[in-house]
Amino acid sequence: MSTPRLVALLLACGTAHAAGPNLGQPLTHAELAAWNIHVLPDGTNLPKGTGTSAQGASVYAQKCAHCHGEAGKGAVSAALVGAPPIKSIDATKTIANFWPYPTTLFDFIRRSMPWQAPRSLSDDEVYALTAYILAQNKLIGENDVMNAETLPKVKMPNRDGFTPRFPNLMPPRSGRDL
Amino acid sequence: MEKFQPVAGNGLLDRRAFLRGGAALAAAMTGYARAEPLAEAPWSKEPGELVPAYGTPSKFEKAAVRTLSNPKGEPRTSHARTPHQLLQGTATPNGLHFTISHAGNADIDPAQHRLAIHGLVKRALVFTPETLSRYPLVSRFAFVECGGNSAPLFSPEPIQATVQAIHGLASCAEWTGVPLTTLLEETGVDAKAKWVIAEGADSPHLSRSVPLEKILDDAMVALYQNSERVMPGQGYPMRLLLPGWEGNMNVKWLRRLELTEQPAMSYYESRTYAPILPSGKAYQFYFIQEVKSFITQPSVGFGMKGPGFYEISGIAYSGNGRITKVMVSADAGKTWAEAALQEPVMSKSFTRFRIPWQWNGGPAVLQSRAWDALGNVQPTRAEIVAQRGVASRVPPPTAFPSQHYNAITSWAIDANGSVRHVYA
Repeated sequence: MSTPRLVALLLACGTAHAAGPNLGQPLTHAELAAWNIHVLPDGTNLPKGTGTSAQGASVYAQKCAHCHGEAGKGAVSAALVGAPPIKSIDATKTIANFWPYPTTLFDFIRRSMPWQAPRSLSDDEVYALTAYILAQNKLIGENDVMNAETLPKVKMPNRDGFTPRFPNLMPPRSGRDL
Repeated sequence: MEKFQPVAGNGLLDRRAFLRGGAALAAAMTGYARAEPLAEAPWSKEPGELVPAYGTPSKFEKAAVRTLSNPKGEPRTSHARTPHQLLQGTATPNGLHFTISHAGNADIDPAQHRLAIHGLVKRALVFTPETLSRYPLVSRFAFVECGGNSAPLFSPEPIQATVQAIHGLASCAEWTGVPLTTLLEETGVDAKAKWVIAEGADSPHLSRSVPLEKILDDAMVALYQNSERVMPGQGYPMRLLLPGWEGNMNVKWLRRLELTEQPAMSYYESRTYAPILPSGKAYQFYFIQEVKSFITQPSVGFGMKGPGFYEISGIAYSGNGRITKVMVSADAGKTWAEAALQEPVMSKSFTRFRIPWQWNGGPAVLQSRAWDALGNVQPTRAEIVAQRGVASRVPPPTAFPSQHYNAITSWAIDANGSVRHVYA
């Protein structure tokens, strides 16, 4: 990044306050906590907590099976288990045949699921559901424990299956990119 | 009558014919039909309806509504498509702007809403809609288009559907809001920041990662849409506007912007809006809505009234900037004539094109093709199929076999005047 705009912004930041209206209110990390839910591919911002596939199975049966079917086989909502080969441009994308990062699974369950009541699951329940879905797909072992240390290390089969459409529009990779 | 000599095959006329010659000459081309005697109508002989507080279109325009993919609100995404075939001009009425909501439209009390900007900044700040409305505002026209718009064209057979069904997930409005550079000047930007993760306050907490470069280029926190507050389906009380970029990235119900070194690889960027290529690999971070045009009148469902004069009209746009040229063909691409572009032609906005046409009553295939200011040309169907492939089977019209289709659309008119979607 070396655009004139960014340089100007960085220079402006040297002063205590920019010349603008300054109507924003300072926000502390603690005040942000309930909203600060992003999990990045390297595991940044994964919360404390832990879960196993066995724990996830019971949460799944109570809160997920209604839409996603028994054992993730799919019902009114998408199947969560299975990896049909990608043989056409309209192939069904599944967690096991397509999703590049395991952290996305945790992040999406925590922010968006269950559809009728998102943000109602504890972090332990989200880890447990993540473990259950990964184990059902045989991407981790039945007894593997998912937590902030182990989850980012799970290797997804389609990790290298992507290419940017316009490489010139991609920010330079940082040391933290996986 | 020299100026009505066709300029391309099958009756396309010079785009300037009526600017020079006057509209009365149109009648001269086909001859006059005898008119009925004029009479006073009932509505001319008594006072009209009560003037409402908020106006709505005439009851005779009930067909000009969006089509809904999920009218009962089942637990899945809802799409509402713009009826391009019934609109003219370039500003989509707010009630007809396309909407995609992944779990309904959030019903947000603006007094309770907040926008937080944090992460790799010098000072994390939080704003209310009321305080943002006090900032210096800017207005600009911009189209918003779903990455999945025009997806039926990936079908191996042409799907018989209206321009609304095929291209209805694109709309254009004048947006007014606060440029993000203004807000980032106040938060400051850490030199390590490369991405901005945007998140909504809707129940899926939809999130997308945007390169900081785009945020600093022309991104806005939009508060107004065509002069009134942003509609609930567009993210009331505020949305991220990224002119020309994939609709889903224009995060609605915007509540949080986090500056980071890495992208989030959120569900929508790592899975949903990652179209599979014929090689089996997939594009990730498509970003741009590439140069596209389509004819809206006539199109499927249009009632041709017999041989004679028609105006061919349509919409062109590019996420890379202004439209510079639109060519139209009435003979399936054998010959082309340049269409008139309605001024003002604005960057990353709908541009209305028009060309006069003398239909001889025989078979015709209408096509349009657009060029943008960066020199990009709208691809032919053969070109996009070679690059992006086709679906393995004919999908339902509302399905998304892939995304980011921007090639030429063809409407065939037969001797009965019915219009069909064809591949040509």
